[in-house]
Amino acid sequence: MATMTSKSGKNISVGAVVWGVLKYFVLIFFSLCAVVPLITCVITSFKTQEEYQTTSVMQLPHSFLNFSNYVKAFTTANMGRAFINSVIVMVCVLIVSVIIGTQLAYVLDRFKFPGNGVIRSLFLIASLLPAVAMQVTVFNIMSFFHLVNHLYGYIIMSCGTDVISIYIFIQFMENISVSLDESAIVDGASYWTIYWKIILPLLKPAIVTACILKGVGIYNEYYAAQLYLQDKQIRTMAISLYTFVGPMGSQYNLICAGVIISLLPALIVFILCQKQIYSGITAGAVKG
Amino acid sequence: MAAAVKEKEPFNLAKWAKSRKGQQALICAAFIIIPLLLLFVFTYLPFGKMVQFSFFKMKYTGRRTYVGLQNYVDVFNRKDCFGALKLCLYYIVGALIQLVIALFLATILSFKVKGGNLFKGLLFFPYLISGIAIGFIFKFFYTRGFVFDTILQWCGFKLENLPYWLKDTSVNNWSLVATSVWRYMGQMMVLFIGAIMSVDAELYEAANLDGANKFQQFIHIILPSIKTIVTLNIILAITGSLSAFEQPFVITGGANGTGTYFVIMNKVAHTSQKVGLASAMAVVLLAIILICAGLQQLFFKFVFREADSDEESYKAKKARLKAEKRARKAMAKGGK
Repeated sequence: MATMTSKSGKNISVGAVVWGVLKYFVLIFFSLCAVVPLITCVITSFKTQEEYQTTSVMQLPHSFLNFSNYVKAFTTANMGRAFINSVIVMVCVLIVSVIIGTQLAYVLDRFKFPGNGVIRSLFLIASLLPAVAMQVTVFNIMSFFHLVNHLYGYIIMSCGTDVISIYIFIQFMENISVSLDESAIVDGASYWTIYWKIILPLLKPAIVTACILKGVGIYNEYYAAQLYLQDKQIRTMAISLYTFVGPMGSQYNLICAGVIISLLPALIVFILCQKQIYSGITAGAVKG
Repeated sequence: MAAAVKEKEPFNLAKWAKSRKGQQALICAAFIIIPLLLLFVFTYLPFGKMVQFSFFKMKYTGRRTYVGLQNYVDVFNRKDCFGALKLCLYYIVGALIQLVIALFLATILSFKVKGGNLFKGLLFFPYLISGIAIGFIFKFFYTRGFVFDTILQWCGFKLENLPYWLKDTSVNNWSLVATSVWRYMGQMMVLFIGAIMSVDAELYEAANLDGANKFQQFIHIILPSIKTIVTLNIILAITGSLSAFEQPFVITGGANGTGTYFVIMNKVAHTSQKVGLASAMAVVLLAIILICAGLQQLFFKFVFREADSDEESYKAKKARLKAEKRARKAMAKGGK
């Protein structure tokens, strides 16, 4: 719009000007809404205890180099450990669920066998069941298998492939020509070879998309994590903030520092892989 | 499959395993078994148990007594259970507002805008923050005299006229809904941008030539081409609102009348350990959600009959591709 007005010079219509102004006003307003809660958090996280108690929340801190809150939050909430735990969980879950997800998608898309449709709908219906409701009895099963309070238990539970990534895989698979499979079969390749050497490499973009979607989900997973990872040593990043519930509940300068630390990895990943994240969101939603 | 082989000769397992058909069956079995097992253990087994538990009075450990339908009667009679479901109305309204804002911003951002990517990023980022972090951010945001109050004071409001955002029962649910909108609006916007971008660019050019303004373009080009995804999102918003959980759970813990159905259910299950009652609550809501999903299917069948339903378009696409290939081959042969 802005380019249009400058090009057309004299005949700028009133409507176009109004629209141009309104557009940026709306964008700036909503962007501020999105950012202000975060910015105030950053501001507060740099304040000393004294500053925090005496100054208004919107007042800038004395110095933006006061990292004492960050250090304290990092050590009290044991965030180093928590970050390692998060990474362990994420890597394990992503590897396992990509492998079983692509395998399932390969089989479902390429072969006709009795039960194909049934399996698809089983996964589809499963996606309708809200996770929070299911945890009432998943908890029961987890304790039956002695998986509560173990990192591996939580990892196993999170591996259940979600429908969205399976759908992304199937969608991509449809675009991989079957003639590739067929010519490989003529060359005497086994189905495993076809999956491993042909399908999996070609699915790479879909895998990236699915990993980002699922990775974000796992990194932020909070409800299930606090149910199954109660020991301090095995807390993930999302629940390490739990340390601040209770005795330190009103020391917001400390809490804000903790919050900022916990969202830094997400921010870095977001800046690095914006495109993939957006396309993941779009791809995941079309069928989900 | 095996039966067909048997008729011809005595069944030979080793031979069968080497044949194409055998290989196919083996690879299918091998690739399906683990995901299916996980699905069974962590989804359908809990689901079965949930239905079973809902007929018992029980805790996670200890004795169980069969009580028949008593738990279901309780769900509908206890004030804190079924009544909590009406809180989802707040979240439905919130979701609709979110949808309108997201659609509006998506439309703006899909035209040429300076700094469009920056705006998109800022608006989207809240979606990537974990639930508990959001809890802390907004506890801080809404605390008396803190961020929100300060901003309102700048706008000329007086502190003593402002309510306690998280305690006052007349506004606290709206405060929570606002956080939910804050969190998910960007995601929905990105989704709509994706849908709008897939509209053929020639249409806009043609509209520009015809002198259509932005509003007309929106009504006549954008809206019709994304109506499926918008309707889908409205329906998803309704089911999502029924299961609203994280915001009240982390911000208020369900205090002061902000306990949505699932917050109450979580409390019943894990704090007071009335597993039977919680299971009944879960089953009731699952039933409602499944009914909604069923209605959604029907709705799509009747309203968008001409639009591509997933399964059909998938089959149709494959058939079309095959036909095209055949035609091309035939043409190539004919050419020779």
